[in-house]
Amino acid sequence: MVVLSILPIGLQQGLAYALVALGIAITFRVLAFPDLTVDGSFPLGGAVAARLIFEGMDPTLATLAALVAGFIAGSLTGILNTRLKINSLLAGILMMTILYSVNLRIMGRANIQLLYKSTVFTFMENMDVVRFVPVILFFFLITAVVKILVDLFLHTEYGMALRATGDNEDMIRSLGVNTDNATVFGLGLSNGLVALSGALVAQDQGFADVGMGIGMIVAGLASIIIGEALIKPKTVFRLTLAAVFGSVLYRFIISLGLRLGLAPTDLKMATGFMVILALGVPAFKKTREGKIHLRGV
Amino acid sequence: MTEKMLVFEGITKIFNPGTQDEKRALNQIDLDVRAGDFITIIGSNGAGKSTLLNVIAGTHQAEEGRLIIDQKDVTKTPDYKMAAYISRVFQSPTMGTAGEMTIAENLSLADCRGKRRGLKWGVTRARKKRFRELLKMLELGLEDRLNQAVGLLSGGQRQSLTLLMATLSLPKLLLLDEHTAALDPRTAAKVSELTNRMVEENQLTALMVTHNMKQAIRSGNRMIMLHEGKVRFDVRGKEKENLTVEEVVKRFGATLKDESLLS
Repeated sequence: MVVLSILPIGLQQGLAYALVALGIAITFRVLAFPDLTVDGSFPLGGAVAARLIFEGMDPTLATLAALVAGFIAGSLTGILNTRLKINSLLAGILMMTILYSVNLRIMGRANIQLLYKSTVFTFMENMDVVRFVPVILFFFLITAVVKILVDLFLHTEYGMALRATGDNEDMIRSLGVNTDNATVFGLGLSNGLVALSGALVAQDQGFADVGMGIGMIVAGLASIIIGEALIKPKTVFRLTLAAVFGSVLYRFIISLGLRLGLAPTDLKMATGFMVILALGVPAFKKTREGKIHLRGV
Repeated sequence: MTEKMLVFEGITKIFNPGTQDEKRALNQIDLDVRAGDFITIIGSNGAGKSTLLNVIAGTHQAEEGRLIIDQKDVTKTPDYKMAAYISRVFQSPTMGTAGEMTIAENLSLADCRGKRRGLKWGVTRARKKRFRELLKMLELGLEDRLNQAVGLLSGGQRQSLTLLMATLSLPKLLLLDEHTAALDPRTAAKVSELTNRMVEENQLTALMVTHNMKQAIRSGNRMIMLHEGKVRFDVRGKEKENLTVEEVVKRFGATLKDESLLS
Protein backbone atom coordinates (compact mmCIF):
# COMPACT_ATOMS: atom_id res chain seq x y z
CA MET A 1 0.00 0.00 0.00
CA VAL A 2 2.82 2.37 0.90
CA VAL A 3 4.49 1.63 -2.40
CA LEU A 4 1.28 2.32 -4.33
CA SER A 5 0.66 5.60 -2.58
CA ILE A 6 4.08 6.97 -3.50
CA LEU A 7 3.76 6.02 -7.17
CA PRO A 8 2.29 9.30 -8.45
CA ILE A 9 4.52 11.58 -6.40
CA GLY A 10 7.65 9.56 -7.19
CA LEU A 11 6.88 9.49 -10.90
CA GLN A 12 5.96 13.16 -11.05
CA GLN A 13 9.07 14.33 -9.20
CA GLY A 14 11.33 11.83 -10.92
CA LEU A 15 10.30 13.06 -14.35
CA ALA A 16 10.33 16.72 -13.26
CA TYR A 17 13.93 16.42 -12.09
CA ALA A 18 14.99 14.07 -14.90
CA LEU A 19 16.16 17.07 -16.92
CA VAL A 20 18.61 17.87 -14.12
CA ALA A 21 20.00 14.34 -14.30
CA LEU A 22 20.23 14.67 -18.10
CA GLY A 23 22.10 17.94 -17.73
CA ILE A 24 24.50 16.44 -15.21
CA ALA A 25 25.02 13.43 -17.49
CA ILE A 26 26.10 15.83 -20.26
CA THR A 27 28.71 17.56 -18.11
CA PHE A 28 29.98 14.75 -15.88
CA ARG A 29 29.63 11.80 -18.22
CA VAL A 30 29.90 13.19 -21.75
CA LEU A 31 32.27 16.12 -21.21
CA ALA A 32 34.03 14.66 -18.12
CA PHE A 33 33.59 18.11 -16.55
CA PRO A 34 32.48 18.05 -12.88
CA ASP A 35 30.17 21.04 -13.13
CA LEU A 36 28.71 22.38 -9.88
CA THR A 37 26.86 25.33 -11.46
CA VAL A 38 23.70 23.21 -11.21
CA ASP A 39 22.88 24.24 -7.61
CA GLY A 40 22.68 27.82 -8.89
CA SER A 41 21.25 27.33 -12.38
CA PHE A 42 18.27 25.29 -11.14
CA PRO A 43 16.91 28.12 -8.94
CA LEU A 44 17.98 30.56 -11.69
CA GLY A 45 15.48 28.85 -13.99
CA GLY A 46 12.83 29.02 -11.29
CA ALA A 47 13.60 32.66 -10.53
CA VAL A 48 13.57 33.84 -14.14
CA ALA A 49 10.33 32.01 -14.96
CA ALA A 50 8.62 33.10 -11.73
CA ARG A 51 9.58 36.76 -12.07
CA LEU A 52 8.54 36.94 -15.72
CA ILE A 53 5.23 35.16 -15.05
CA PHE A 54 4.69 37.44 -12.06
CA GLU A 55 5.22 40.42 -14.38
CA GLY A 56 2.57 39.01 -16.70
CA MET A 57 4.60 37.27 -19.37
CA ASP A 58 3.24 34.26 -21.21
CA PRO A 59 4.33 31.20 -19.15
CA THR A 60 5.70 29.32 -22.18
CA LEU A 61 7.88 32.27 -23.14
CA ALA A 62 8.96 32.71 -19.53
CA THR A 63 9.98 29.04 -19.42
CA LEU A 64 12.05 29.45 -22.59
CA ALA A 65 13.67 32.56 -21.13
CA ALA A 66 14.67 30.47 -18.10
CA LEU A 67 16.32 27.93 -20.41
CA VAL A 68 18.31 30.69 -22.11
CA ALA A 69 19.36 32.12 -18.73
CA GLY A 70 20.60 28.68 -17.68
CA PHE A 71 22.51 28.34 -20.94
CA ILE A 72 24.25 31.67 -20.31
CA ALA A 73 25.11 30.74 -16.71
CA GLY A 74 26.62 27.41 -17.80
CA SER A 75 28.57 29.06 -20.62
CA LEU A 76 30.03 31.53 -18.13
CA THR A 77 31.29 28.65 -15.98
CA GLY A 78 32.87 27.25 -19.14
CA ILE A 79 34.49 30.58 -19.92
CA LEU A 80 35.88 30.83 -16.37
CA ASN A 81 37.46 27.42 -16.86
CA THR A 82 38.67 27.57 -20.47
CA ARG A 83 39.59 31.24 -20.89
CA LEU A 84 40.60 32.26 -17.35
CA LYS A 85 42.02 28.79 -16.60
CA ILE A 86 40.15 28.50 -13.30
CA ASN A 87 39.88 24.93 -11.99
CA SER A 88 36.65 23.30 -13.13
CA LEU A 89 35.29 22.63 -9.64
CA LEU A 90 36.12 26.15 -8.48
CA ALA A 91 34.60 27.69 -11.61
CA GLY A 92 31.33 25.91 -10.85
CA ILE A 93 31.38 26.90 -7.18
CA LEU A 94 32.11 30.53 -8.09
CA MET A 95 29.22 30.59 -10.55
CA MET A 96 26.90 28.87 -8.08
CA THR A 97 27.74 31.44 -5.41
CA ILE A 98 27.35 34.39 -7.77
CA LEU A 99 24.01 33.01 -8.96
CA TYR A 100 22.66 33.04 -5.39
CA SER A 101 22.85 36.85 -5.40
CA VAL A 102 21.70 37.03 -9.01
CA ASN A 103 18.64 34.93 -8.20
CA LEU A 104 17.76 37.19 -5.27
CA ARG A 105 18.09 40.21 -7.56
CA ILE A 106 15.94 38.62 -10.27
CA MET A 107 13.16 37.82 -7.81
CA GLY A 108 13.63 40.95 -5.72
CA ARG A 109 13.06 38.79 -2.63
CA ALA A 110 13.70 35.26 -1.38
CA ASN A 111 10.65 33.73 -3.07
CA ILE A 112 7.80 34.43 -5.44
CA GLN A 113 4.38 32.82 -5.13
CA LEU A 114 2.65 31.81 -8.37
CA LEU A 115 -0.56 30.37 -6.92
CA TYR A 116 -2.94 32.76 -8.69
CA LYS A 117 -0.83 33.22 -11.79
CA SER A 118 -1.32 31.52 -15.10
CA THR A 119 1.42 28.89 -15.61
CA VAL A 120 2.04 26.13 -18.16
CA PHE A 121 0.09 23.87 -15.76
CA THR A 122 -2.99 26.07 -15.41
CA PHE A 123 -4.99 24.39 -18.17
CA MET A 124 -4.46 21.01 -16.47
CA GLU A 125 -6.11 22.22 -13.30
CA ASN A 126 -9.38 22.77 -15.14
CA MET A 127 -9.46 19.19 -16.40
CA ASP A 128 -11.86 16.58 -15.11
CA VAL A 129 -9.14 14.30 -13.75
CA VAL A 130 -6.88 14.27 -10.71
CA ARG A 131 -4.19 16.90 -11.31
CA PHE A 132 -1.26 14.52 -11.22
CA VAL A 133 -2.42 12.58 -14.28
CA PRO A 134 -1.97 15.34 -16.87
CA VAL A 135 1.03 16.73 -14.96
CA ILE A 136 2.85 13.39 -15.06
CA LEU A 137 1.99 13.02 -18.75
CA PHE A 138 3.29 16.52 -19.40
CA PHE A 139 6.59 15.90 -17.62
CA PHE A 140 6.92 12.53 -19.35
CA LEU A 141 6.45 14.17 -22.75
CA ILE A 142 8.92 16.98 -22.06
CA THR A 143 11.53 14.55 -20.70
CA ALA A 144 11.09 12.13 -23.61
CA VAL A 145 11.38 14.89 -26.21
CA VAL A 146 14.48 16.42 -24.55
CA LYS A 147 16.11 12.99 -24.11
CA ILE A 148 15.59 12.14 -27.78
CA LEU A 149 16.83 15.56 -28.91
CA VAL A 150 19.96 15.19 -26.76
CA ASP A 151 20.51 11.68 -28.20
CA LEU A 152 20.18 12.97 -31.75
CA PHE A 153 22.42 15.96 -31.08
CA LEU A 154 25.18 13.78 -29.63
CA HIS A 155 25.24 11.84 -32.90
CA THR A 156 25.69 14.89 -35.11
CA GLU A 157 29.15 15.96 -36.24
CA TYR A 158 29.31 18.65 -33.58
CA GLY A 159 27.75 16.45 -30.92
CA MET A 160 30.33 13.75 -31.61
CA ALA A 161 33.08 16.37 -31.28
CA LEU A 162 31.59 17.19 -27.85
CA ARG A 163 31.75 13.53 -26.81
CA ALA A 164 35.31 13.25 -28.09
CA THR A 165 36.23 16.34 -26.04
CA GLY A 166 35.31 14.38 -22.92
CA ASP A 167 36.86 11.16 -24.18
CA ASN A 168 40.19 12.32 -25.62
CA GLU A 169 40.67 16.07 -25.74
CA ASP A 170 44.14 16.04 -27.32
CA MET A 171 42.93 13.81 -30.12
CA ILE A 172 39.91 15.89 -31.06
CA ARG A 173 41.95 19.10 -30.89
CA SER A 174 44.40 17.56 -33.33
CA LEU A 175 41.38 16.92 -35.57
CA GLY A 176 40.59 20.62 -35.63
CA VAL A 177 38.03 21.12 -32.86
CA ASN A 178 38.37 24.10 -30.55
CA THR A 179 37.68 22.10 -27.40
CA ASP A 180 37.37 25.28 -25.32
CA ASN A 181 34.34 26.31 -27.34
CA ALA A 182 32.95 22.77 -27.20
CA THR A 183 33.26 22.79 -23.40
CA VAL A 184 31.55 26.18 -23.13
CA PHE A 185 28.70 25.02 -25.36
CA GLY A 186 28.31 21.70 -23.51
CA LEU A 187 28.11 23.46 -20.14
CA GLY A 188 25.59 25.90 -21.58
CA LEU A 189 23.42 23.10 -22.92
CA SER A 190 23.58 21.21 -19.63
CA ASN A 191 22.64 24.19 -17.47
CA GLY A 192 19.96 25.22 -19.95
CA LEU A 193 18.25 21.89 -19.30
CA VAL A 194 18.75 22.27 -15.54
CA ALA A 195 17.19 25.76 -15.61
CA LEU A 196 14.32 24.45 -17.73
CA SER A 197 13.68 21.88 -15.01
CA GLY A 198 13.85 24.64 -12.38
CA ALA A 199 11.32 26.73 -14.29
CA LEU A 200 8.88 23.82 -14.63
CA VAL A 201 9.26 22.67 -11.02
CA ALA A 202 8.63 26.23 -9.76
CA GLN A 203 5.44 26.46 -11.80
CA ASP A 204 4.32 22.99 -10.73
CA GLN A 205 4.83 23.65 -7.01
CA GLY A 206 3.47 27.18 -7.28
CA PHE A 207 6.52 29.12 -6.11
CA ALA A 208 10.17 29.79 -6.76
CA ASP A 209 12.56 29.93 -3.83
CA VAL A 210 16.17 31.03 -3.72
CA GLY A 211 17.04 27.83 -1.80
CA MET A 212 15.35 25.40 -4.19
CA GLY A 213 18.67 24.36 -5.75
CA ILE A 214 20.53 23.30 -2.63
CA GLY A 215 21.76 19.73 -2.98
CA MET A 216 20.60 19.49 -6.59
CA ILE A 217 24.00 18.34 -7.87
CA VAL A 218 24.23 15.55 -5.28
CA ALA A 219 20.66 14.42 -5.98
CA GLY A 220 21.43 14.39 -9.70
CA LEU A 221 24.58 12.36 -9.17
CA ALA A 222 22.67 9.90 -6.99
CA SER A 223 20.13 9.55 -9.81
CA ILE A 224 22.83 8.86 -12.38
CA ILE A 225 24.58 6.32 -10.15
CA ILE A 226 21.32 4.47 -9.51
CA GLY A 227 20.40 4.59 -13.19
CA GLU A 228 23.76 3.33 -14.39
CA ALA A 229 23.72 0.48 -11.88
CA LEU A 230 20.68 -0.85 -13.76
CA ILE A 231 21.36 0.33 -17.31
CA LYS A 232 24.99 0.03 -18.39
CA PRO A 233 25.72 3.24 -20.32
CA LYS A 234 27.36 1.58 -23.29
CA THR A 235 25.73 3.92 -25.80
CA VAL A 236 24.48 7.51 -25.74
CA PHE A 237 20.91 6.23 -25.85
CA ARG A 238 21.48 4.10 -22.76
CA LEU A 239 23.41 6.85 -20.98
CA THR A 240 20.53 9.31 -21.18
CA LEU A 241 18.00 6.57 -20.48
CA ALA A 242 19.94 5.67 -17.33
CA ALA A 243 19.80 9.31 -16.19
CA VAL A 244 16.01 9.49 -16.65
CA PHE A 245 15.37 6.09 -15.05
CA GLY A 246 17.75 6.86 -12.22
CA SER A 247 15.98 10.14 -11.52
CA VAL A 248 12.59 8.41 -11.23
CA LEU A 249 14.01 5.63 -9.06
CA TYR A 250 15.82 8.09 -6.82
CA ARG A 251 12.60 10.03 -6.19
CA PHE A 252 10.80 6.76 -5.45
CA ILE A 253 13.42 5.84 -2.89
CA ILE A 254 13.22 9.31 -1.32
CA SER A 255 9.40 9.25 -1.19
CA LEU A 256 9.49 5.79 0.30
CA GLY A 257 12.03 6.91 2.89
CA LEU A 258 9.89 9.90 3.86
CA ARG A 259 6.82 7.70 4.09
CA LEU A 260 8.71 5.29 6.33
CA GLY A 261 9.69 8.04 8.74
CA LEU A 262 12.80 9.70 7.32
CA ALA A 263 12.78 13.30 8.53
CA PRO A 264 12.60 15.72 5.55
CA THR A 265 15.42 17.69 7.14
CA ASP A 266 17.66 14.62 6.92
CA LEU A 267 16.95 14.15 3.22
CA LYS A 268 20.12 15.75 1.89
CA MET A 269 22.24 13.85 4.39
CA ALA A 270 20.64 10.58 3.30
CA THR A 271 21.28 11.44 -0.36
CA GLY A 272 24.87 12.34 0.44
CA PHE A 273 25.38 9.01 2.18
CA MET A 274 23.83 7.26 -0.81
CA VAL A 275 26.38 8.80 -3.17
CA ILE A 276 29.29 8.15 -0.77
CA LEU A 277 28.20 4.54 -0.45
CA ALA A 278 27.90 4.04 -4.19
CA LEU A 279 31.27 5.65 -4.92
CA GLY A 280 33.03 4.30 -1.84
CA VAL A 281 32.07 0.64 -1.73
CA PRO A 282 33.90 -0.24 -4.98
CA ALA A 283 37.10 1.06 -3.38
CA PHE A 284 36.94 -1.85 -0.94
CA LYS A 285 36.37 -4.37 -3.68
CA LYS A 286 39.47 -5.74 -5.28
CA THR A 287 37.80 -6.66 -8.54
CA ARG A 288 37.86 -4.22 -11.39
CA GLU A 289 34.35 -5.06 -12.52
CA GLY A 290 33.00 -3.91 -9.17
CA LYS A 291 34.16 -0.41 -9.86
CA ILE A 292 31.45 1.99 -10.88
CA HIS A 293 32.79 3.92 -13.77
CA LEU A 294 31.59 7.45 -13.22
CA ARG A 295 33.68 9.81 -15.22
CA GLY A 296 34.01 13.29 -13.88
CA VAL A 297 33.63 12.21 -10.26
CA MET B 1 56.07 17.73 -57.14
CA THR B 2 59.04 19.93 -56.40
CA GLU B 3 57.17 22.73 -54.64
CA LYS B 4 58.02 23.36 -51.01
CA MET B 5 55.39 21.91 -48.71
CA LEU B 6 57.02 22.89 -45.45
CA VAL B 7 59.68 25.48 -44.72
CA PHE B 8 61.48 26.19 -41.44
CA GLU B 9 63.19 29.58 -41.39
CA GLY B 10 65.49 29.88 -38.38
CA ILE B 11 63.04 28.25 -36.01
CA THR B 12 64.07 28.43 -32.37
CA LYS B 13 62.09 26.92 -29.52
CA ILE B 14 63.12 27.72 -25.97
CA PHE B 15 61.55 26.04 -22.96
CA ASN B 16 61.36 27.92 -19.65
CA PRO B 17 62.99 31.05 -21.10
CA GLY B 18 64.71 33.27 -18.55
CA THR B 19 64.87 30.62 -15.85
CA GLN B 20 67.58 28.27 -14.66
CA ASP B 21 65.90 25.46 -16.53
CA GLU B 22 66.10 27.31 -19.83
CA LYS B 23 66.55 24.87 -22.70
CA ARG B 24 66.96 25.53 -26.38
CA ALA B 25 65.11 22.54 -27.78
CA LEU B 26 65.39 23.81 -31.34
CA ASN B 27 68.21 26.13 -32.32
CA GLN B 28 67.91 28.17 -35.52
CA ILE B 29 66.60 25.32 -37.62
CA ASP B 30 66.33 25.78 -41.38
CA LEU B 31 64.62 23.04 -43.29
CA ASP B 32 62.89 22.65 -46.66
CA VAL B 33 60.48 19.82 -47.19
CA ARG B 34 59.30 19.17 -50.72
CA ALA B 35 55.86 17.85 -51.54
CA GLY B 36 56.01 14.07 -51.61
CA ASP B 37 59.01 13.86 -49.32
CA PHE B 38 58.94 11.12 -46.71
CA ILE B 39 61.48 12.17 -44.13
CA THR B 40 62.59 10.07 -41.21
CA ILE B 41 63.97 11.88 -38.18
CA ILE B 42 66.43 10.33 -35.74
CA GLY B 43 68.39 11.62 -32.80
CA SER B 44 69.09 10.76 -29.19
CA ASN B 45 66.74 11.62 -26.35
CA GLY B 46 66.35 15.35 -25.94
CA ALA B 47 67.66 16.09 -29.42
CA GLY B 48 64.46 17.97 -30.25
CA LYS B 49 62.67 15.42 -32.43
CA SER B 50 59.30 15.62 -30.72
CA THR B 51 59.62 19.38 -30.25
CA LEU B 52 60.11 19.69 -34.00
CA LEU B 53 56.80 17.91 -34.63
CA ASN B 54 55.10 19.86 -31.83
CA VAL B 55 56.15 23.16 -33.40
CA ILE B 56 54.81 22.06 -36.79
CA ALA B 57 51.54 20.93 -35.22
CA GLY B 58 51.13 24.19 -33.31
CA THR B 59 51.25 22.47 -29.91
CA HIS B 60 54.30 24.63 -29.21
CA GLN B 61 54.87 28.04 -30.76
CA ALA B 62 58.39 28.95 -31.81
CA GLU B 63 60.10 31.92 -30.15
CA GLU B 64 61.98 32.85 -33.28
CA GLY B 65 61.72 32.13 -36.96
CA ARG B 66 58.95 31.45 -39.44
CA LEU B 67 57.03 28.30 -40.22
CA ILE B 68 55.48 28.04 -43.66
CA ILE B 69 53.19 25.29 -44.83
CA ASP B 70 52.12 25.23 -48.48
CA GLN B 71 53.14 28.89 -48.86
CA LYS B 72 51.12 30.02 -45.85
CA ASP B 73 52.77 31.48 -42.76
CA VAL B 74 51.45 29.38 -39.89
CA THR B 75 53.97 30.39 -37.22
CA LYS B 76 51.26 31.69 -34.88
CA THR B 77 48.39 29.41 -35.85
CA PRO B 78 46.89 27.56 -32.84
CA ASP B 79 47.01 23.77 -32.81
CA TYR B 80 43.35 23.06 -33.56
CA LYS B 81 43.50 25.20 -36.69
CA MET B 82 46.58 23.35 -37.92
CA ALA B 83 44.33 20.35 -38.36
CA ALA B 84 43.37 21.77 -41.75
CA TYR B 85 46.91 21.00 -42.95
CA ILE B 86 48.22 18.30 -40.68
CA SER B 87 47.36 14.96 -39.25
CA ARG B 88 49.38 13.28 -36.62
CA VAL B 89 49.87 9.81 -35.16
CA PHE B 90 51.27 9.63 -31.63
CA GLN B 91 53.34 7.02 -29.87
CA SER B 92 50.61 5.67 -27.64
CA PRO B 93 47.71 3.99 -29.46
CA THR B 94 45.31 5.44 -26.88
CA MET B 95 46.27 9.00 -27.79
CA GLY B 96 44.97 8.98 -31.33
CA THR B 97 41.51 7.54 -30.78
CA ALA B 98 38.51 8.10 -28.53
CA GLY B 99 38.24 4.82 -26.62
CA GLU B 100 34.59 4.99 -25.63
CA MET B 101 33.41 5.83 -29.12
CA THR B 102 32.93 3.29 -31.89
CA ILE B 103 35.26 2.61 -34.82
CA ALA B 104 32.78 4.24 -37.21
CA GLU B 105 32.46 7.29 -34.95
CA ASN B 106 36.22 7.68 -34.66
CA LEU B 107 36.60 7.50 -38.43
CA SER B 108 33.78 10.04 -38.86
CA LEU B 109 35.51 12.39 -36.42
CA ALA B 110 38.66 12.08 -38.53
CA ASP B 111 36.70 12.52 -41.76
CA CYS B 112 35.72 16.02 -40.55
CA ARG B 113 39.32 16.95 -39.77
CA GLY B 114 39.85 20.69 -40.14
CA LYS B 115 36.32 21.20 -41.48
CA ARG B 116 33.34 22.95 -39.92
CA ARG B 117 31.30 20.57 -37.82
CA GLY B 118 27.60 21.28 -37.83
CA LEU B 119 24.37 19.50 -37.03
CA LYS B 120 24.67 17.01 -39.87
CA TRP B 121 24.39 13.37 -38.89
CA GLY B 122 27.83 12.04 -37.97
CA VAL B 123 28.00 8.40 -39.01
CA THR B 124 26.11 8.41 -42.30
CA ARG B 125 25.37 5.32 -44.36
CA ALA B 126 27.67 6.54 -47.13
CA ARG B 127 30.49 6.99 -44.65
CA LYS B 128 29.98 3.53 -43.18
CA LYS B 129 30.17 2.00 -46.63
CA ARG B 130 33.39 3.86 -47.38
CA PHE B 131 34.91 3.02 -44.00
CA ARG B 132 34.15 -0.66 -44.48
CA GLU B 133 36.06 -0.68 -47.78
CA LEU B 134 39.02 1.16 -46.25
CA LEU B 135 39.13 -1.06 -43.17
CA LYS B 136 39.26 -4.15 -45.39
CA MET B 137 42.67 -2.97 -46.60
CA LEU B 138 44.03 -3.23 -43.06
CA GLU B 139 43.21 -6.97 -43.09
CA LEU B 140 42.43 -6.91 -39.38
CA GLY B 141 38.75 -7.80 -39.64
CA LEU B 142 37.78 -4.36 -38.34
CA GLU B 143 35.29 -3.89 -41.20
CA ASP B 144 32.88 -6.15 -39.31
CA ARG B 145 33.31 -4.28 -36.02
CA LEU B 146 32.28 -0.75 -37.06
CA ASN B 147 29.92 -0.34 -34.10
CA GLN B 148 32.32 -1.58 -31.45
CA ALA B 149 34.06 0.77 -29.04
CA VAL B 150 37.68 1.42 -29.99
CA GLY B 151 38.71 0.68 -26.41
CA LEU B 152 38.11 -3.01 -27.13
CA LEU B 153 40.83 -3.13 -29.81
CA SER B 154 44.42 -4.22 -29.28
CA GLY B 155 47.25 -1.69 -29.43
CA GLY B 156 48.24 -2.68 -32.95
CA GLN B 157 44.66 -2.58 -34.21
CA ARG B 158 44.17 0.78 -32.58
CA GLN B 159 47.34 2.22 -34.10
CA SER B 160 46.43 0.89 -37.55
CA LEU B 161 43.04 2.57 -37.17
CA THR B 162 44.74 5.82 -36.12
CA LEU B 163 46.88 5.64 -39.22
CA LEU B 164 43.81 5.16 -41.38
CA MET B 165 42.14 8.10 -39.61
CA ALA B 166 45.21 10.25 -40.23
CA THR B 167 45.17 9.61 -43.96
CA LEU B 168 41.37 9.67 -44.39
CA SER B 169 41.01 13.22 -45.64
CA LEU B 170 44.39 13.61 -47.23
CA PRO B 171 46.54 15.95 -45.12
CA LYS B 172 49.18 18.22 -46.59
CA LEU B 173 51.52 16.85 -43.95
CA LEU B 174 51.50 13.60 -42.02
CA LEU B 175 53.39 13.64 -38.74
CA LEU B 176 54.37 10.31 -37.20
CA ASP B 177 55.72 10.57 -33.68
CA GLU B 178 57.41 7.25 -32.83
CA HIS B 179 54.10 5.70 -33.70
CA THR B 180 55.39 2.12 -33.61
CA ALA B 181 57.47 2.43 -30.43
CA ALA B 182 54.77 1.22 -28.06
CA LEU B 183 53.96 -1.90 -30.08
CA ASP B 184 55.48 -5.37 -29.89
CA PRO B 185 58.11 -6.01 -32.62
CA ARG B 186 55.85 -8.02 -34.92
CA THR B 187 52.97 -5.55 -34.74
CA ALA B 188 55.41 -2.66 -35.07
CA ALA B 189 56.76 -4.15 -38.30
CA LYS B 190 53.23 -4.53 -39.65
CA VAL B 191 52.19 -0.98 -38.77
CA SER B 192 55.47 0.29 -40.19
CA GLU B 193 54.79 -1.51 -43.45
CA LEU B 194 51.25 -0.16 -43.51
CA THR B 195 52.65 3.34 -43.01
CA ASN B 196 54.99 3.04 -45.98
CA ARG B 197 52.15 1.71 -48.12
CA MET B 198 49.76 4.49 -47.17
CA VAL B 199 52.28 7.26 -47.68
CA GLU B 200 53.20 5.82 -51.06
CA GLU B 201 49.65 5.16 -52.26
CA ASN B 202 48.40 8.59 -51.27
CA GLN B 203 51.64 10.36 -52.25
CA LEU B 204 51.72 12.07 -48.87
CA THR B 205 54.35 14.36 -47.50
CA ALA B 206 55.38 12.81 -44.21
CA LEU B 207 57.73 13.32 -41.29
CA MET B 208 58.43 10.31 -39.12
CA VAL B 209 60.29 10.43 -35.83
CA THR B 210 61.68 7.07 -34.89
CA HIS B 211 64.00 5.49 -32.37
CA ASN B 212 64.61 2.58 -34.66
CA MET B 213 67.57 3.18 -36.96
CA LYS B 214 66.68 0.34 -39.30
CA GLN B 215 63.18 1.73 -39.74
CA ALA B 216 64.63 5.19 -40.33
CA ILE B 217 66.90 3.91 -43.07
CA ARG B 218 64.40 1.61 -44.69
CA SER B 219 61.50 4.08 -44.80
CA GLY B 220 61.22 7.27 -46.78
CA ASN B 221 63.43 9.11 -49.25
CA ARG B 222 65.28 11.35 -46.83
CA MET B 223 66.66 11.10 -43.33
CA ILE B 224 67.71 13.85 -40.96
CA MET B 225 69.48 13.54 -37.66
CA LEU B 226 68.90 16.08 -34.92
CA HIS B 227 71.39 16.76 -32.19
CA GLU B 228 71.05 19.40 -29.49
CA GLY B 229 68.39 21.25 -31.41
CA LYS B 230 70.25 21.37 -34.70
CA VAL B 231 70.18 19.35 -37.91
CA ARG B 232 73.43 17.39 -37.77
CA PHE B 233 73.01 15.12 -40.78
CA ASP B 234 70.70 15.36 -43.80
CA VAL B 235 70.79 12.64 -46.40
CA ARG B 236 68.48 11.87 -49.31
CA GLY B 237 67.95 9.95 -52.53
CA LYS B 238 70.61 7.51 -53.67
CA GLU B 239 72.91 8.33 -50.83
CA LYS B 240 70.22 7.41 -48.30
CA GLU B 241 69.37 4.20 -50.13
CA ASN B 242 72.97 3.05 -49.76
CA LEU B 243 73.13 4.02 -46.10
CA THR B 244 73.65 1.28 -43.51
CA VAL B 245 73.18 1.23 -39.77
CA GLU B 246 76.88 0.47 -39.32
CA GLU B 247 77.90 3.51 -41.31
CA VAL B 248 75.69 5.85 -39.31
CA VAL B 249 76.99 4.38 -36.07
CA LYS B 250 80.58 4.76 -37.27
CA ARG B 251 80.08 8.39 -38.14
CA PHE B 252 77.82 9.44 -35.31
CA GLY B 253 78.32 6.80 -32.67
CA ALA B 254 79.67 9.40 -30.26
CA THR B 255 76.61 11.63 -30.52
CA LEU B 256 74.13 8.77 -30.66
CA LYS B 257 74.80 7.39 -27.23
CA ASP B 258 71.23 6.30 -26.97
CA GLU B 259 71.37 2.51 -27.05
CA SER B 260 67.80 1.99 -28.15
CA LEU B 261 68.56 3.79 -31.39
CA LEU B 262 70.86 0.99 -32.44
CA SER B 263 68.37 -1.79 -31.95
